[in-house]
Amino acid sequence: MKFVNEYRDPETVKKWAQAIADITTQPWTIMEVCGGQTHSIIKHGLDQLLPENINLVHGPGCPVCVTPIAYIDKALAIAQQDNVIFCSFGDMLRVPGSQDDLLSLKSQGADIRIIYSPLEALNLAEDNPSKQIVFFAVGFETTAPTCALAIYQAKQRALTNFYMLVCHVRVPPVMQALLDAPDNTVQGFLGAGHVCSIMGYHEYHAISEQYKTPIAITGFEPVDILQGIYQCIQQLEAETYRVDNQFKRVVTEQGNVTAQQLMQQVYIIVDRQWRGMGNIVDSGLALSPEYDAWNAEKYFSVADIQPDEPKACRSGEILKGLIKPVQCPEFNTTCTPEHPLGATMVSSEGACAAYYRYRRYQND
Amino acid sequence: MTEIKLNCPVPLHYERIVMAHGGGGRLMQQLLDDVVQPIFNNPILAQKNDSAVLPINSANIAFTTDSYVVKPLFFPGGDIGKLAVCGTLNDLAMSGAKPLYLTCSLILEEGFAIKDLRRLLTSMQATASAAGVSIVTGDTKVVEHGKADGLYINTAGVGILETKQAINAQAIRPDDVILINSDLGRHGLAVMLERDGFDFKSNIQSDCADVSGLVNDLLQANIAIHCLRDLTRGGLASTLIELATSAQVHMEIAHIDLPIHDDVQSLCEILGFDPLYIANEGCFALIVPEDNVEQALQIMRNHPLGKQANRIGTVKQTAEQGMLTLKTEFGISRVLDLLSGEQLPRIC
Repeated sequence: MKFVNEYRDPETVKKWAQAIADITTQPWTIMEVCGGQTHSIIKHGLDQLLPENINLVHGPGCPVCVTPIAYIDKALAIAQQDNVIFCSFGDMLRVPGSQDDLLSLKSQGADIRIIYSPLEALNLAEDNPSKQIVFFAVGFETTAPTCALAIYQAKQRALTNFYMLVCHVRVPPVMQALLDAPDNTVQGFLGAGHVCSIMGYHEYHAISEQYKTPIAITGFEPVDILQGIYQCIQQLEAETYRVDNQFKRVVTEQGNVTAQQLMQQVYIIVDRQWRGMGNIVDSGLALSPEYDAWNAEKYFSVADIQPDEPKACRSGEILKGLIKPVQCPEFNTTCTPEHPLGATMVSSEGACAAYYRYRRYQND
Repeated sequence: MTEIKLNCPVPLHYERIVMAHGGGGRLMQQLLDDVVQPIFNNPILAQKNDSAVLPINSANIAFTTDSYVVKPLFFPGGDIGKLAVCGTLNDLAMSGAKPLYLTCSLILEEGFAIKDLRRLLTSMQATASAAGVSIVTGDTKVVEHGKADGLYINTAGVGILETKQAINAQAIRPDDVILINSDLGRHGLAVMLERDGFDFKSNIQSDCADVSGLVNDLLQANIAIHCLRDLTRGGLASTLIELATSAQVHMEIAHIDLPIHDDVQSLCEILGFDPLYIANEGCFALIVPEDNVEQALQIMRNHPLGKQANRIGTVKQTAEQGMLTLKTEFGISRVLDLLSGEQLPRIC
């Protein structure tokens, strides 16, 4: 596999791990923003190749993990209505709401379907004119454009039985929120490569300069991640604070302008609750009023569902990088993938799930 | 350094059956251990082997059953009929038995085309004939339209053990070697790609095949087989975890030794799947002592279904909890654990 195998080459990995060790003179704490990076680090054991004084903390970049419980409850409320086909990305199904999850609801007869692309939901709407098709649009700037395209096409095709429950989130505001927090420990970021493939990285220069925090836009393979860490440490050691682009084979400064324009047409920027992290200003995307006719929250009148987050789950601290999953007393005791207290334990990109799956029997 | 301690198994969380209870992962194990086993409670069932081995008169008879509900009914590399015969033949072969007779129970949905039924039964017969077994009894039921996906098939099979060696998890010993006959992950992906909504073009074919002939070659050569297990639901990882747990050993497999086709690996990258957890239907693990490895590999590689046979790992030592680890390409060892249920495609 081109563009994968060369980034997993054991010799190259060893070379970069050694290069990191060679330039590191003091302890540094670096956060990988994206859950895909977290899984790659834990799955390949990359943290174990680093000098002991490099601390990797796991960030909030897992769309499933940060979707607030209110939106899971809204999804459940819509999915159990008669005549609804509720469509979702696969890994949202196991995320617990206040009472239930979508997988349980499906077992009780609700028509809940796993789809891979939001455009499949449009086809379902055309094929089932007597049903109401609802798509659960979650995710960062990575998934937002395809969901935007779905709603844009729904309007073009004048579909009257297609709706979206939109809970998109944006990366730059949450990075700023983390850096603003008084208990922040993060000194450098591995920026989320896929998000930047859409958005570019022009938004990040201001963050890097204002907070004196280097950011390396980083890919997801072992060599990518080690190169990103190297770039961050190189800057930290030299006391420079800029945005480096490790993921040049995918990411450009301006990103995918067509996708950005589509997003601007369909969405507006709003404040958004994050699971375990509270309200973050300008951190969400919602459907613009022009698309009210396709807005599931309005059509199914679920906007008022606002439950409290479960108290025992410390995913907020995990998503902020303040604790690691194994430091949570609920981890692998009352909280397991079969009985999760929070989404970080169920999502395929969740930090708790990564530790449960790959590290449960080991010391850390 | 925080020590992570293992705890008692979590109680069944779900009050109703969810799809993950059939996914070959932790929830399925819980269902079997907490609901099925305590009720049927008997020592033969408790062995958890692919076939029950029954001492009848002076013979050892292997007996097994399996139901087939695959959707779609026809997929690249096979169909539900071929699968229903191969699956049961393989379950018999995994206990070291020579398959003799099969049954066939059909649950047909009102409206199902006789033409398709004929095609599937012909496929069953062709597969059975090639293996030298007959389908000797069966049953037919019809359910209302919408109650089944066209048809479901149950097959049961009996076979006879001609070997005296006990082939099961309890025979696994430290320093044994783990071999597999074929590359991983093709069946699960081939079927998934044919389902609605997956608009990927690919050449991936199911590995659906009857491996009883290959197993027979190994038995005839007097290979000291300690254990055999087909890598069906839950794939290689789930199967070896179950074996390691039953045998109370620590097994380690090496990533670089696992045969995985490039097409399978690429699709797994796109969907966020781990090929180690994807179902196979013509792939099995063979556990033998070190001094039998070369001969076993030679026999396997001489058979059409064993061209890619490879040594993939070892049984390291006894371990009360049972454990499977994977040595990554960077020389780091990590735990492979049962998934809750089936893998779900990721968001991004």
